[in-house]
Amino acid sequence: MMVPISWYLIFAAALFSIGLFGVLSRKNAIAILMSIELMLNAVNINLVAFWRYSYSLEISGQAFAVMVFAVAAAEVAVGLAIFISVYRRRGTISADEIDLLKW
Amino acid sequence: MTFEQLLFILIAAGTLGAALLVVTTRNLIHAALWLIATLFGVAILFVFLNAGFLGVVQVVIYIGAIAILMIFAIMLTRQVADTKGPRFNENWLWALFISLVFFAAIAYILSLLPEFEGTKPILSSEIDPIKQLGVALVSPDSYLLAFELASVLLLAALIGAVIIAWEQR
Amino acid sequence: MTDPITWIANWLEKILEGIGLPSGIVILILTILGVLIVVIFVLVMDIFLVWMERKVVARFQDRLGPNRVGPYGLIQPIADVIKLLIKEDTTPKGADVLVYNLAPVIALASVLVIWAVIPFAPTLVGAEINIGILFIVAFGGIGTLAIIMAGWSSNNKYALIGAFRTVAQVVSYEIPMVIALLIPVILARTMSIQGIVESQELWNIVIAPLAAAILLISSIAEIGRTPFDLLEAESEIVAGFHIEYSGMKFGLFYAGELLHALTIGALFSTLFLGGWRGPFVEQVPVLGVIYLFIKAFLVYFLIMWIRYTLPRIRIDHMLNFNWKFLTPLALIMLMVTAIMDKLLSNYSKISYAIVMLAVNIIIIWAVLLVLKSYSSFERQQVGVLRPTANPDAVLSHIVKETSPAQEATES
Repeated sequence: MMVPISWYLIFAAALFSIGLFGVLSRKNAIAILMSIELMLNAVNINLVAFWRYSYSLEISGQAFAVMVFAVAAAEVAVGLAIFISVYRRRGTISADEIDLLKW
Repeated sequence: MTFEQLLFILIAAGTLGAALLVVTTRNLIHAALWLIATLFGVAILFVFLNAGFLGVVQVVIYIGAIAILMIFAIMLTRQVADTKGPRFNENWLWALFISLVFFAAIAYILSLLPEFEGTKPILSSEIDPIKQLGVALVSPDSYLLAFELASVLLLAALIGAVIIAWEQR
Repeated sequence: MTDPITWIANWLEKILEGIGLPSGIVILILTILGVLIVVIFVLVMDIFLVWMERKVVARFQDRLGPNRVGPYGLIQPIADVIKLLIKEDTTPKGADVLVYNLAPVIALASVLVIWAVIPFAPTLVGAEINIGILFIVAFGGIGTLAIIMAGWSSNNKYALIGAFRTVAQVVSYEIPMVIALLIPVILARTMSIQGIVESQELWNIVIAPLAAAILLISSIAEIGRTPFDLLEAESEIVAGFHIEYSGMKFGLFYAGELLHALTIGALFSTLFLGGWRGPFVEQVPVLGVIYLFIKAFLVYFLIMWIRYTLPRIRIDHMLNFNWKFLTPLALIMLMVTAIMDKLLSNYSKISYAIVMLAVNIIIIWAVLLVLKSYSSFERQQVGVLRPTANPDAVLSHIVKETSPAQEATES
């Protein structure tokens, strides 16, 4: 018996939930960004699993996954630039200490 | 239990274990290294799904660029109190509850899908997924517009990141 | 019996199936055996490389090299290995032990993996995947990771700075390397390396010499050899990211660097020099292995020649060279190759080759003209008087009363 699609989908859901837990509970901003990467990877697994297990000849699943790669890369670059800039101004990168817009 | 199923369970369990360590490790560099292990596991799963191109692109982009960028950022923003202070904020029990409820809800909704227990169709050997992907990304009635917009997005991110992180003199 | 290796593989398969093992296990055992043979072969070649390196550097520097430990010094690498094995295995205080021990392993492993996709003969490939070039780019990136792990886990700020600089150089030079790797892909219409070798009835270096030059230069910068070895030379930043490593761990880094150079030689000869192609190779496929290694060692000798002849380049010159010269040139070559390939696709092979070679020569000539005008501009800039550091300018702020002689020179 081969691997049914349910295993891939449950795996992707579990990875997404772990990422969700990380985003909601970690203090360090870079750890939050890492958890967002976990969520994006779970989405990619979902897309490619559905592409593989459907009977159509379309390549939409993989094309969408490539777009998700590009968006994730752009988001990480800009996000880390913002974090470094905030660290230089405020001296901290803990998400619950950066809570004032301007003083 | 066939060989393929056993291998899938091993890889998936390893990846989920590494992901759990990412969100719970105190030392951030260790978290980044566990993230690299997770990304590698996801790349292996892409290869299982016959999307070899995406697996290799995952290694190139995520591990070769994004993970290294994160390690650099961690090293540049290191605080002395990093490995001593609490790693979770005070709402972590609520976060755990929400993510468990979310997982249960998603799993239930997915199990209602008609093709949930579906098996893999045999890929016919006359279509080559890489060639299909290449043609789809540059043909005007397919994903050409999305492709060009993604490249403009990456250009904007490049310029934006350089300007935001520029040191004011 | 012209194909001994395939014959041996089939014979082993029949024996194992005759015992009664299921076919999945048979394939697994044969695969593991193949992996072991390739890895052992490549690592033994690595030990031979140590000898070759020391003899060749000696001859370049007009001396003899090791010649005591065995005929022509051939046992010298074994002596080196024994020395490294019996050295004390230190770990710096405060180092992250797991990451510290894992870094040299990953550095060597990421080079060994590349040998899985290089075709040794028409019937001998480790893993025939149709995205071989991208696989090589991916595992080049993992080497970068090993460097950061080594630099950070040593708990030494100089190692960390050395690791930062190394990663900056390696990541910058990956870009012209990837673009230059795409040009044989355009010429062969496939990303699989066996396909690229099979399409090279005329060697690619004749059709795209500038792409070969760009690949060679950026690969030398990738592996960190002179003239780009600012990062690990002992007189710079105290030997860079592997300063805290001693004994066999340092041996793994060193062997990994030499093996990386041989891998670049094998890759270059596969993509541009025809790989396993040579006379009589279709009838006797084992000759393909010999041809490939002859070509790989020739390119390795070329890399060593460049190493022991040229001086080191400073890091800002290195990065300028990459971003302002190599990357635009590589992009121009990619566009020109793609356009010319499309325009000439209906012509015969000879006229195709001649026109591509002519276009390459025109571009090389144009580049040399641009470089000449830029260098004459630079030379004029050197002669221009620029404000230099003058101690009087500083002292006049500190010493309030100025002597009349100083007032005369200031006014």
